[in-house]
Amino acid sequence: MAKTLGPVKRSFAPWNDPAAKPYIQYQGITKRFGDFVAVDRLDLTIYEREFFALLGPSGCGKTTLMRMLAGFEDPTEGRILLDGQDMAGIPPYRRPTNMMFQSYALFPHMDVVENIAFGLKQDKLPKGEIDARVQEMLKLVKLEPFAKRKPHQMSGGQRQRVALARSLAKRPKVLLLDEPLGALDKKLREETQFELTDLQYELGMTFIIVTHDQEEAMTLADRIAVMDKGRIVQVATPAEIYEEPNTRYVADFIGNINILEAGVTATGAGRTRLAAEGVAAAIEVERDCPVPVGEKVFFAIRPEKMRLSLDEPADTTVNALTGEVWDIGYLGDVSIYHVKLDDGPVIKATMTNATRVVERPITWHDRVWLTFARDAGLVLAA
Amino acid sequence: MSDARSSAPNRYSRYLVVAVPYLWLLVFFLAPFVIIFKMSFSTTAIAMPPYTPVFETLSDLWTRFSELSFENYVWLTDDALYIRAYLSSLRIAVVSTIFLLMVGYPIAYAMAKAPTSIRPTLMMMVILPFWTSFLIRVYAWIGILKPEGLLTVALQFVGILGPDQQVRIFNTEWAVYVGIVYSYLPFMILPLYAALEKLDGTLLEAAQDLGCRPIKAFWVITFPLSLPGVIAGSFLCFIPIMGEFVIPDLLGGSSTLMIGRTLWTEFFSNRDWPLASAVAVLLLLILVVPIVLFQNQAAKAQEKGR
Repeated sequence: MAKTLGPVKRSFAPWNDPAAKPYIQYQGITKRFGDFVAVDRLDLTIYEREFFALLGPSGCGKTTLMRMLAGFEDPTEGRILLDGQDMAGIPPYRRPTNMMFQSYALFPHMDVVENIAFGLKQDKLPKGEIDARVQEMLKLVKLEPFAKRKPHQMSGGQRQRVALARSLAKRPKVLLLDEPLGALDKKLREETQFELTDLQYELGMTFIIVTHDQEEAMTLADRIAVMDKGRIVQVATPAEIYEEPNTRYVADFIGNINILEAGVTATGAGRTRLAAEGVAAAIEVERDCPVPVGEKVFFAIRPEKMRLSLDEPADTTVNALTGEVWDIGYLGDVSIYHVKLDDGPVIKATMTNATRVVERPITWHDRVWLTFARDAGLVLAA
Repeated sequence: MSDARSSAPNRYSRYLVVAVPYLWLLVFFLAPFVIIFKMSFSTTAIAMPPYTPVFETLSDLWTRFSELSFENYVWLTDDALYIRAYLSSLRIAVVSTIFLLMVGYPIAYAMAKAPTSIRPTLMMMVILPFWTSFLIRVYAWIGILKPEGLLTVALQFVGILGPDQQVRIFNTEWAVYVGIVYSYLPFMILPLYAALEKLDGTLLEAAQDLGCRPIKAFWVITFPLSLPGVIAGSFLCFIPIMGEFVIPDLLGGSSTLMIGRTLWTEFFSNRDWPLASAVAVLLLLILVVPIVLFQNQAAKAQEKGR
């Protein structure tokens, strides 16, 4: 299934198409709770059939943003358009969105069928249609044998499926997922992630997910909005977010990264030369420099983009760092080495454990060299 | 942990803990009940105490079975007064419980919805009346409800009543309802509040999200989930109201017939202890049904809470 999805999903990029019609638009949204600004003058456009992730630490405003679309909170300023329609003043029970709650919020006094049928009953659909739709949903989430169970008689994973089926039953224009996998254990979470992407593709619905788990956002979403203190820092595809973070905040939030403060010593078209404190060699990056010579920037490089070696490289004047191994974290697939530079900070570098040698060639207190290509690192202004 | 539990001294101390309430019930409930039960098979006598002696032991019961007098129970079923008193008590208890629900539910709901910071204050206000004597509070209602009382004065002042008109509810069943609803309200509010306060607010959000209007969401989500509180509160009020004596005696006048008053009259005015005992035993039997129902419900609720 996933194999056939791959190419289709790759070609899906309405955000690059200027003619594409926006589906959900947040326009100048501010939300205040008393003195606290939860969302601060925020603009965001989401396209139809997109799987969109709002990612950020707790308290960054991502849940508030979602709840405003569902109608549980009213924006203090700005407006929200869904499919061209202004959502202001429309109560939650009239909005074409459905939400899957973090706590699942299943009705404890109703069984699985009654829970799933709840939304359909509110629409006063004929009984035959409700039954057919409920059966379809039960099949979709593979819960047919549990139709008559009450929520408290089910496991966390099963409850999560009921919640999903209930929120999908009405075929909403937009499905909102609030930390949907937070309560599941790691293995189940990974399985469910792939099921969710398949499901979203199959149903052709727009999904918005709120999460603080970057891995979850990367696996699920077509695009990710990284949020901080009520503002969006970057909106991009998972690969762009990882490889081209626009700030230290994003770089640091997604995955592992080393960040060094550095001064710009020379700039040219598509190239930047830096001098970092405690690093003897110059750092050269094949990138435009965002600031003029003499200013401070941040050099960022991910641990897996560096080569770790006991041997001194041929050229030690450019992109070569040296230091002592302080710590080794064995993670099974990779090992993380913490290297203390001679007069500088600690740098993290990973090595893939390609062979089944238990005795690693590099060990504690070894003097090592870290080298990296000119296109491996990033220059960040902030 | 399980080792510690099964060790001998610990086990004995656990029995001891359970024994205390049972002993209490044995001495102050079962023993008096047995005495009353025995007395109900006796007949009146001009003596001290004023009834003929009955069996003393169980073997005695067999030998003297023929001497037992079921007359009191026959009398109860024969005399329409007692049947009417039982029925009237039942009706007053049912109607009062419904009134209590109607008044108590909105109060409990408002308390559960109030900001967390003021909830202790609201709770305090519900419990506060317990700090003064129950009797004094019922007496205060006499002052309010009597024809020339505060209620009349207030209504005359506002102009609803003319200067020569008076409120005529004192010494009627309505005054009894007012007294009962006032006195038992905390017993209705507290279990309702406990049930409503536990209610997860996101359930109502989920209902709305799925297209359910807030008013309907109350009836399909909030109310069904508060049923354990409704049932607990109703039984907690219904059972003692059935046997209520003070309120109908002080506020209901002679026209209000309730079994508690009948009991009192038989005991203290007619000095017919055996008949009064029979009335009491029968009242208990009538109440056993709701009490068992209540216990069942409470056990079920506990089971669910796990």
